[in-house]
Amino acid sequence: MRNAPRTALKLGSVAAAAALLLTACSSSDGGGSGASGDAITDEQREEALNTPTELTFWTWVPDIQNEVDLFEEAYPAISVTVENVGQGLEHYQKLRSALEAGQGAPDVAQIEYQYIPSFVLTESLLDLEPYGASDISGDYVEWAWNQVSPADQTWAVPQDVGPMGNLYREDILAEAGIDEAPATWDEYADAAQAVKDETGSYISNLGATQAGQMIGFFWQAGVKPFSYDGAETVGINVNSAEAKEVADYWTDLIQADLISTDVDFNDEWYQGLANGKYAGWLTAAWGPIFLQGTAESTSGLWRAAPLPQWSAGEAVSGNWGGSSDAVLATSENPIAAYELAKFINHDEESAFRLATEQFLFPPQLSVLEDPEFAGQQLEFYGGQEVNALFAEISETVDTDFEWLPFMDFVYSTYEETVGTVIAAKGDISAALDEWQTELTEYAEAQGFTVE
Amino acid sequence: MSHAPALDDERPTAAAPQKRRVSANQRKLNRAAYLFITPFFVIFVAMLIVPLGYAGYLSLFESRLIGGETFAGFANYVRALQDPDFLASIGRMALFFVVQVPIMLGLALFFALALDSGRARGSKGARLLIFMPYAVPAVVATLMWGYLYGPDFGPIAQIARSIGFGTPDFLSPENILGSMMNIVTWEFVGYNMIILYAALRAIPSELYEAAEIDGAGQFRTAWSVKIPAIRSAILLTVIFSIIGTFQLFNEPSLLNTIAPDAITNSFTPNYYAYNLAFINQELNYAAAIAFLLGLVIAIVSYVVQLNEQRRARKERSGA
Repeated sequence: MRNAPRTALKLGSVAAAAALLLTACSSSDGGGSGASGDAITDEQREEALNTPTELTFWTWVPDIQNEVDLFEEAYPAISVTVENVGQGLEHYQKLRSALEAGQGAPDVAQIEYQYIPSFVLTESLLDLEPYGASDISGDYVEWAWNQVSPADQTWAVPQDVGPMGNLYREDILAEAGIDEAPATWDEYADAAQAVKDETGSYISNLGATQAGQMIGFFWQAGVKPFSYDGAETVGINVNSAEAKEVADYWTDLIQADLISTDVDFNDEWYQGLANGKYAGWLTAAWGPIFLQGTAESTSGLWRAAPLPQWSAGEAVSGNWGGSSDAVLATSENPIAAYELAKFINHDEESAFRLATEQFLFPPQLSVLEDPEFAGQQLEFYGGQEVNALFAEISETVDTDFEWLPFMDFVYSTYEETVGTVIAAKGDISAALDEWQTELTEYAEAQGFTVE
Repeated sequence: MSHAPALDDERPTAAAPQKRRVSANQRKLNRAAYLFITPFFVIFVAMLIVPLGYAGYLSLFESRLIGGETFAGFANYVRALQDPDFLASIGRMALFFVVQVPIMLGLALFFALALDSGRARGSKGARLLIFMPYAVPAVVATLMWGYLYGPDFGPIAQIARSIGFGTPDFLSPENILGSMMNIVTWEFVGYNMIILYAALRAIPSELYEAAEIDGAGQFRTAWSVKIPAIRSAILLTVIFSIIGTFQLFNEPSLLNTIAPDAITNSFTPNYYAYNLAFINQELNYAAAIAFLLGLVIAIVSYVVQLNEQRRARKERSGA
């Protein structure tokens, strides 16, 4: 399955796939966290970068060797071995196994934002503050930096993000008498009715078991379903009144048969995107390129717009997907390892190439503002500057969103509780209660204090 | 194996030195025998006994994300026996076994007898065709059937629509078990047929001649001669099917990607153990579930075999 064009995509498809691995990681023996607090001096950095060193880097970003080559050119003393040990959860499982075994873990590893807390829990990540992480914090969109640095520590360097927008078929909406993308969720519901009546298409599909998409909608609506203090206290609030508002909105549309609930990221769904079964896709910034590869035959008919808003005139979005690069606490060359994680996602050329050649949607302000990136006119979207639009959207993502230290269980339980209800076109709010119960029971059984 | 008769030729000579030589010889032979089976035992111990022991050890502990590992005795087993998800998965497999295995073995037996009767034209080609699905890896087979079952673009649904029937939903929570039975049947009919066919070929032809003299036709011969003669082969396929059914894993884990709403995390006991270990991170509880599953399979297999032996004994004493 090397056909996924984007890193972040795997969040979507992997979260949807349940055949997922994560090794039990109970003993919190990550080799000691490196929170020494003493800042690394320039001399130490110079020395480390000029000492012959071998680093291992686990990542599933296609062709990342190109960026690693740039790093090796800049620091000839250091040689990096890139290893792709699997995508998403398979990768985490191997990472956990290596940490558990106390050997074989890489120096630097790709980690999606929502999984950072589970590695913080086991003290497996190196705090990058003493290595100078705060010097670069201002170079990223604020919410992305908050994802890797929830409190006084910094656990990783942001690599790519997935601010959410609306990709839609201009021709189908026009046929239904709609000239521009619905600006509010109310308008979206009306448009869904018109599209269904006039064309027979669904205005979009809500992936039945796609927790990432729903959590993105929560994020946009200002719902704070999770919190984690980095130690033993978690907050679980997936059935709050605000969350149920979002859920009820979708329940109504689904029960009126205006939104389909097919499982996403499989062949049926790809075909649905390509043949007009769905007139749109509420997706993340990695979606435009992905769609281009999936629905080639519909080139030129699609347009991009921000997500519909809960209140007219607002501009708020959520995020779905994205990764960072973290340094493992077990690394014997922490300075060089940090420099690698930083270089890949901070060096101007490296970050620019990640965005333009590997199509990872950038969190780096310098790339987002680069006219060469933002000004790309995509034929598939009728010549629209889609990157520029998503760069704007990226600024509107709520800056404060936390995860639980066991997101794999959260996603899989979502599938069991909410997912089955969405597929059966039932009451999503009621399913949120069930989800809440399951998560709370699990957290308590695992010894967490639940707030 | 050993060539004992060679020693018997020299029996009448003096016994004492003989005996020593015999035992020396015997020792040599024994040594050789042990040498030959050593590789098997090394791998058997390293790959089966040790992991089994480790899993058994793990199942006696409890580990939490906060607080680490503590000794739990049989708490995990007590929990499993009260776990509705686990019990439901065992029940689901029992239903699967009762419905799917007779169909699959019935078909396999029918095909084997048909091929063996010599009446079927092109039996070589037919044999290969029936066996072919077994050569397709389970993963590929499940992906293929997943496409065939597809509600929008699957060929079955498209044909049903074009002739005016509704779209059958093979992947709904109500139908998924039946769909899975179909996949497994398709996969394993050929395999079981080959076992039964091979057993049929080994029946001495005198029996057929006797049956013919008694005036038995093809069907009578099949019923009264062939099937009793391959009873042990049929029992073998039943035992294999029991083990296979209770261990179903590939099918649910792959169907889960196209029908995650229908395949729960505890759809089959094996899939449940896997999800407990790698998603819930409850490795110890997963080990207990796996152990219990092994126990269930052993009991069911044993009961089936015991019944069969009893029946065979009864028949012998009755004859």
